[in-house]
Formats: sequence, C-alpha cells, structure tokens
Amino acid sequence: MATYSTNDFKAGLKVMIDGSPGAVVENEFVKPGKGQAFNRVKIRNLKTGRIIERTFKSGDTLEAADVVDVEMQFLYNDGEFFHFMNPGTYEQFGADKTAVGDTAKWLKEQDLCTITLWNGVPLSVEPPHTVTLKIVETDPGVRGDTSGGGGKPATLETGAVVRVPLFIQNGELIKCNTRTGEYISRA
Amino acid sequence: MTPDTAGDWQPVATLDVLRLRARILERLRAFFSERAVLEVETPVFSSAAATDPALSSFTTHYTGPLFPRGHDFYCHTSPEFPMKRLLAAGSGSIYQVCKVFRNGESGRIHNPEFTLLEWYRVGFDHRQLMDETAVLVTAVLAGHRSLATPEKLTYREAFERHCGIDPHTADHRALAGAITRHGIQTDLEFGHEDPDVLRDLLLTHVIEPNLGRGRITLLYDYPVSQAALARVRPDNPPVAERFELYLDGIELANGFHELADAGEQQRRFEHDLQRRAASGLPAVPLDARLLSALRAGLPECAGVALGIDRLVMLAAGAKNLREVIAFPTDCA
Repeated sequence: MATYSTNDFKAGLKVMIDGSPGAVVENEFVKPGKGQAFNRVKIRNLKTGRIIERTFKSGDTLEAADVVDVEMQFLYNDGEFFHFMNPGTYEQFGADKTAVGDTAKWLKEQDLCTITLWNGVPLSVEPPHTVTLKIVETDPGVRGDTSGGGGKPATLETGAVVRVPLFIQNGELIKCNTRTGEYISRA
Repeated sequence: MTPDTAGDWQPVATLDVLRLRARILERLRAFFSERAVLEVETPVFSSAAATDPALSSFTTHYTGPLFPRGHDFYCHTSPEFPMKRLLAAGSGSIYQVCKVFRNGESGRIHNPEFTLLEWYRVGFDHRQLMDETAVLVTAVLAGHRSLATPEKLTYREAFERHCGIDPHTADHRALAGAITRHGIQTDLEFGHEDPDVLRDLLLTHVIEPNLGRGRITLLYDYPVSQAALARVRPDNPPVAERFELYLDGIELANGFHELADAGEQQRRFEHDLQRRAASGLPAVPLDARLLSALRAGLPECAGVALGIDRLVMLAAGAKNLREVIAFPTDCA
C-alpha cells in the first residue's frame, strides 16, 4: 500500500491511523527557528467519527487508506444488512447497522446515497441531501391554518420524525433536509 | 503561463497591508539610522551553506564567466556568515534587510522565502541586544499594539513554569513524562529521539502558546546543545548565550552573543556535518571564509535575526503570513 508523508497531508487525504481508516482534517507545520520541524495533524477516524490529534516529525509517513466514496442506490434492508447497488457496475454491497448508523431513518428504496468503502467494505453511508418521503403518522391539522407557524411532529415512512406545519396531513409527500432533519416543503 | 494559473494574478495581501509593510521598513531603517548602525548588503548565493541539520538550503547553478564549466551555489538561509566577515573587517555595527530562503518550510507562519532583518551590535552581549530588540519591536508596533513591559524568562524558568521540569537535567524519561502529562499525542519513539527533539516538542506545543501574551517575552540562556552560533557561558550547568523574542506565541527573533572562537566554530560545523550524515541529510560545504574571518578576529558582538513578515503580520492583526505577503510561494 502507498504511503503519504506529512508533506502530502491535506484536508480529505485518507490514511491509516491506529489500525483504522481516517481522513485528514487539518495539518499545521510547526518549527522552531533552530530545531526540529513537526506537523500537528487532526485526523477524523472514519469508523468512530472521532477526531484524533497527533504530532509527527516532519517527513514521517502514514500508510494510505483504501477509502473511496461511491454513489449507490439503496435497494432494501433485510433486517441485518442494508443492501446497495453501484448503478454503473450493478455491483452490490451490504452495509451493517454500524456503517449505516443514524442514516437508516432516511433511507428509501431507489434513493442515491454516498457509500464510503474501506477495502471494498461499506464504512459509512451518507443519505441524499434532500429526500422526498411520505407521512405515515401525524395529528390532524387545524382547519384553515396555512401559516406553518408552530408545527407538529410527523413520522415518515422511513421512521424519521420531523416537525411539519399544522396544515400538512397524513399520507402527504414532503421534502426534508437530511443534514438538519428539517421539513422543507410539500413535494 | 499555464491555463489553470493564468487568472491567478492578483496579490494575496491587500494593498493596505503592503503600505503598512512599507511604513514598517521605513521605521526600521530610521531606528538604525538614529543609532548609527550601517546598512549593508551581502550575497544571496554562496559556495558554502548553513550546516545546521534543521536548515535545508535551496541550491542553484551558475555557468558563465568566472565558472565556465558551471558552479553550484547555495541560497543563504540567513546573511550571518558574510555579515560576520564584514564585522571582522572592522565595519562596526551593521544591519541588513534581505530575502532568505529555507527549503521545506511552509505553513501558517512559514513561507519558503521570507524577509529577514539581521543586525549586529559591536560591544553588546546577548542581554543588551535582547533589550534593544524589545525596544525595536515595541517602537515598530506602536500605534498598532499596546504592550506591557517585556518579560524575561530563561529557558530553564520557562520549562519549570509550564512543564514542571528542569530542561538541563531532565533525561529521556522525565521529558517523555512531561510530554505525556500534557496530553501530546505523538508517534515519536521517545527512547530513540535526541533529547533536543523532545525539548522542541514541549517548547512548541506547551510553552510557546504561553509566551508573548500581551507583552514581549524574551527567552534566553539555552541548553548548550542548542547553542547554534552562540557562545557558551561556563555556568553550572553551562548555558548558550542565545535568546528568542516571542509575541502572541510566535517566535519573532533569534539572537546570539556571537561565538568568536574559530576553533570552536570549526568543531560545531564538523559536529553539524556528522549529525547531517547520521540523519541521512546531504553533506554541504562549510564556510571556510567565515572561519578565516574568525581567526583574523571577530569583535565582541551580539547579533539577531528578526522575521519581518511575522512582524508585519502582528502589526496588521493577521493570523496567517499569507495576509502580509503580496505573492506567497504558491502564487509566485
């Protein structure tokens, strides 16, 4: 596997750190006028999401991590694995619950997600930025209220719960922002 | 010109900052003019190089009259050696503002080429020059920064205060213990490292952020192993008469009570070359003309180098060197 030196480190570079794949977040060059140069590096552990701070002597190396982001279509959830397909190659991948995490509540069949693969195995799943989902449960709205002020909780077909305006009814399709978990509009 | 850089012609620093830069250079020249310190110029290209293993010189090649078959030159990392030749020739106190070049150094407060102010005061020791350096920095920053009275801290006091160890007597285990106690995560194998690497780690990670807070901090009397070109005072333990000036946690200047002993200078050069070889760094020609000048006699003097880009950065309230350089190296 290739290695990268501290000179290569820049935001987004994928490296192995403590046996886990990581992404460089920040790399600061530190050097006394007369003395040893260091790099103070922040690396996100892609398995746990935690940020690791580590100091290297300038010129030290880390092994590259075989990590790639691929757009894939969500197929179905069999209770144990979430199955995705690369629409270009038709290759299928099963992501476990750890990899999918909180993203599960936004996953609807056919939607295109970004799958991060480490050595060909799904490491994490990013849902589409906006999704269109059906409301399966919400209190009946107040008649005539179209202001959207206040709001009420609504459960979506994938399990996510979002606040929607009072005029939104059961069975309607709405657009949501998956990054903020907020209602955007009627679909 | 390549298509992807063709549109990238604008300066990075604002014109206001460039005007501030020009005013600061005027102030510096006035400061030395008032004190009858002579402005000089010395060559950027030299047949000899800095031997310090922590410095990597740019090299260039000349072919033409003088050297019809070509000659390798090193771009200076500081104008120290030729300025000492002027001092040995009887120049009296001198200063220079020039570009210097250090390979491999780029970051928030590093650019591979940068502007250095270097000056030498005949008859001064490092303590007198520390005071003058603080006066100069305070004068240049007047109107931009209000600073309390400068603080003076020996290297030992700084380590005792911020790391709880005596840097002169601490062994590997004590240095490694301090590094761990301060939560520094590193892949360094402490047992295999030069103790100075561990001291530099503590200095940069733990101590420097505390230096120069609201006032200038002068750090002085360094371990002998970090003497560079400073003379050693035979105290117990002996210390190198070297100092650095800090503001906002940033090292602005490095100075020495200058080593004048040609034999000792030659031993340090040779020691540097051994360390370079041990670290797999290229050998470089040492400056025999400097040694000759020292043999002829360097007057008692102290000298200091101050980073102008960093000084302008602090005057401008900038956080990154890029904000004060018209065309940083990646836009040059």
